[in-house]
Amino acid sequence: MRNIKYLFAGLLFGIVLVKSEVISWFRIQEMFRLQSFHMYGIIGSAIIVGIISVMIIKRFKIKTLSGEPIAIPNKKFNWGNVYGGLIFGLGWAITGACPGPLFAQIGSGFLVTSVTLLSAILGTWVYGLLREKLPH
Amino acid sequence: MDLITKPWPWYVAGPLIGLVVPALLIIGNKTFGISSSLRHICAACIPANISFFKYDWKKESWNLFFVAGIVLGGFIAAQFLSANHEVEINPQTHALLQQQGVKDFNGLLPKDIFSFDELLTLRGFVFMVIGGFLVGFGTRYAGGCTSGHAIMGISNLQWPSLVATCCFMAGGFIMTWFILPYLLHL
Repeated sequence: MRNIKYLFAGLLFGIVLVKSEVISWFRIQEMFRLQSFHMYGIIGSAIIVGIISVMIIKRFKIKTLSGEPIAIPNKKFNWGNVYGGLIFGLGWAITGACPGPLFAQIGSGFLVTSVTLLSAILGTWVYGLLREKLPH
Repeated sequence: MDLITKPWPWYVAGPLIGLVVPALLIIGNKTFGISSSLRHICAACIPANISFFKYDWKKESWNLFFVAGIVLGGFIAAQFLSANHEVEINPQTHALLQQQGVKDFNGLLPKDIFSFDELLTLRGFVFMVIGGFLVGFGTRYAGGCTSGHAIMGISNLQWPSLVATCCFMAGGFIMTWFILPYLLHL
């Protein structure tokens, strides 16, 4: 039951994704064709708010609701960031959806996206299978 | 009410999405990231003795609740908070896509590409199945997606996340400008 709060957070996030049309294939097309500011504005302002929030959390040593100190693990560079990033980018422009919007599309009634999601799960699984053999 | 049912502008949606970062940190020391849920689903359902999927996914189950919430939020937004409308994209994008073979501009996705009927066509298979595969494979290989790298990682000033984000965009540009026109004509 302690996980219900995450369900609620996801619910609000899902509403924003649909209402701002981030889950629209057309919006992603516009973004990659540099014909609209909409998506850049959303991602850019989200990052700015995120940076300020993390700075405030660190500066004032804000704790979690249960009183734990907040710890954010660092991301370590590996070449997967590049190769995988490029591969994901190719897929993003085809499906018009990154993982979050895939879930939101299903909820908003595009049930066929569950096929795309299953395929993404398969892609993740194949990555796990081949991981040792891939350059990182 | 009109303000809610109309599409939300970027300066409302973007900051709200940014606030997910501190919200998850404060409610439970969790870092924002969605593609990990795909890994947890693999670990829970088809671990197949692969070391990458041998971990206690139950400890990460908050992430599965979060994505279940996204599905629910998508449902609520579409059912109760939206008026049916066409996505008002740049007329240039509209014209170009039309020229490249997209016919249905009525919803959030073009139904002439994304539908169960189209799954059995080569084009539908490429857009849904191959596209989905690239998203799942690529995000895990990259160690995150738009949420984990572009928003959470950069918010925490992690340069590998900035590199990954630039690569997401580069992959998207390559696909949109050089490959997609052919795929749309399949």
